[in-house]
Amino acid sequence: MMVAISLANIVGIALFVLGLHYLNTPATARTGNRLAMVGMAIALLGVLAETGIVDWWSVLIGVVIGATVGIVAAVRVKMTAMPQMVALYNGAGGGAAALISSVEAFMAFAHGSSFDPVVSVSLVLSALIGAVSFAGSLIAFLKLQELMTGRPITYTGQQFVNGVVALGILGLGAWFVATAGDVPPWAFLALLAGALLLGILFVLPIGGADMPVVISLLNSFTGLAVAVAGFEIDSILLIICGALVGASGTILTVAMSKAMNRSLTNVLFGAFGAAGGSEPAAATGHVQAIRTAGSDDVAVMLAYAGKVIFVPGYGMAVAQAQHSVKALADQLEKRGVRVLYAIHPVAGRMPGHMNVLLAEANVPYEQLLDMDDVNPEFATTDVALVIGANDVTNPAARNVASSPIYGMPILDVDKAANVVVLKRSMRSGFAGIENPLYEMPNCSMLFGDAKASVDALTAAVKAL
Amino acid sequence: MTDVNHFIVLLTILVLAVFVGFEVISKVPTTLHTPLMSATNAIHGIVLAGAIVVTAGLFDAGLAHTWLSILAIAAITLGAINVFGGFAVTERMLQMFKRKEGTK
Repeated sequence: MMVAISLANIVGIALFVLGLHYLNTPATARTGNRLAMVGMAIALLGVLAETGIVDWWSVLIGVVIGATVGIVAAVRVKMTAMPQMVALYNGAGGGAAALISSVEAFMAFAHGSSFDPVVSVSLVLSALIGAVSFAGSLIAFLKLQELMTGRPITYTGQQFVNGVVALGILGLGAWFVATAGDVPPWAFLALLAGALLLGILFVLPIGGADMPVVISLLNSFTGLAVAVAGFEIDSILLIICGALVGASGTILTVAMSKAMNRSLTNVLFGAFGAAGGSEPAAATGHVQAIRTAGSDDVAVMLAYAGKVIFVPGYGMAVAQAQHSVKALADQLEKRGVRVLYAIHPVAGRMPGHMNVLLAEANVPYEQLLDMDDVNPEFATTDVALVIGANDVTNPAARNVASSPIYGMPILDVDKAANVVVLKRSMRSGFAGIENPLYEMPNCSMLFGDAKASVDALTAAVKAL
Repeated sequence: MTDVNHFIVLLTILVLAVFVGFEVISKVPTTLHTPLMSATNAIHGIVLAGAIVVTAGLFDAGLAHTWLSILAIAAITLGAINVFGGFAVTERMLQMFKRKEGTK
């Protein structure tokens, strides 16, 4: 029997790895997801057989509630709300790891038993990391759902307060480990409370546009918490799955930081854009000389173009304009215009967010180009249509050494023959800086809600 | 788990799994990064297995149906949300990724 259970674990793990491997192309990705599902089913059945399902009521209640909530949420969630959904899932995993540690700790308190060093260290770590991930993810969710301000929340002495909380947690953790778990229960509760507080404090000063980094980081924290919990309860399954998720989260965190040309420390502690935020550009004392265009003029420009590149940003997601964008692309393609989409790695609020939104609107994934693939295309492009993106198109990142975003890789929209920027107003982007693109002679602005503007363009193209 | 050798074995497994993870996941294209995240949400739902083990441990320790059971059930619930929600939302997203019509 034990052999069968170990084999189930191995099969499950192999299917997880294979499933992730198949995620390397969109064509095989669904197969990958299903392989991982089968792996999960096999692994969980193995664990149920191993433990003998002694307390089957508890398991049943938890699984039924969890499955219902999970599936209903998965079916109902809007694609624009995926970042907050993933934030909640990260939090759930971290929370579960912290709860497992708590149960283990209180069982020992009840029996007066002690832990060996490996278990006490991993118990403390999974409680700590899990709780940080849980609380941090909830704050990320509140920010993304706009239940609280998405702008960085800062106060004087912030780093000091965080440092004190972190030191307090470390002290309590060291006490727990040194006494092999023979601490008063309040000490463990204080450790948990401190970790929850730290999770909240660490996400508060991080602004909305840095969310792709934060979500990826919390993803890797949750993976780490699960891996460490594996040491605590001696489960190879948890160790390996946690390691896979931790690796994934880390890769995404690094990729996102790179795409913003900022170190992780700077994202976490820099409170970027705290001063500017969404102040109008005029507040800086300089009124940008810009040209505005009507939708009819832009429609003519688009309809008689050879190649058009759409550059979607968070503004497209906010306006839920992805279906309108696809309708405009269809009209243009009907007239023989070649349409491509340029996706900056940090467009949107999580890695790959724009791709999912456009996929939802039935845009074939071959038309969605990465920054490196699309940048050489702009020179031969007639119109670059920027839809709700700002900082990722700012040429200041290339040549103004004093700019806060200097060095950040950008989409070279200014190299296109014409640039049309769809924007709600002249408010500056997240970084709170002016975009010299708007003053360039080949650039014109079309003000209004992204969806309304795109719909107007579609109607105008149709009428030609 | 008092055996040092056993700890070393687990640590070896962890290190190798991290390398496998980096190797496999670095090949996932940016266009699939959102489904990748939700799929990894489902995979760290394996914490459900840990919650089931702990629940059984509570029972064996004669502590079933105490307030600790509530924590254990909460852990199972959160794990199950990850597993079911993570896979379901990944499936929903992936079925939207289509090739251009006619090139199938």
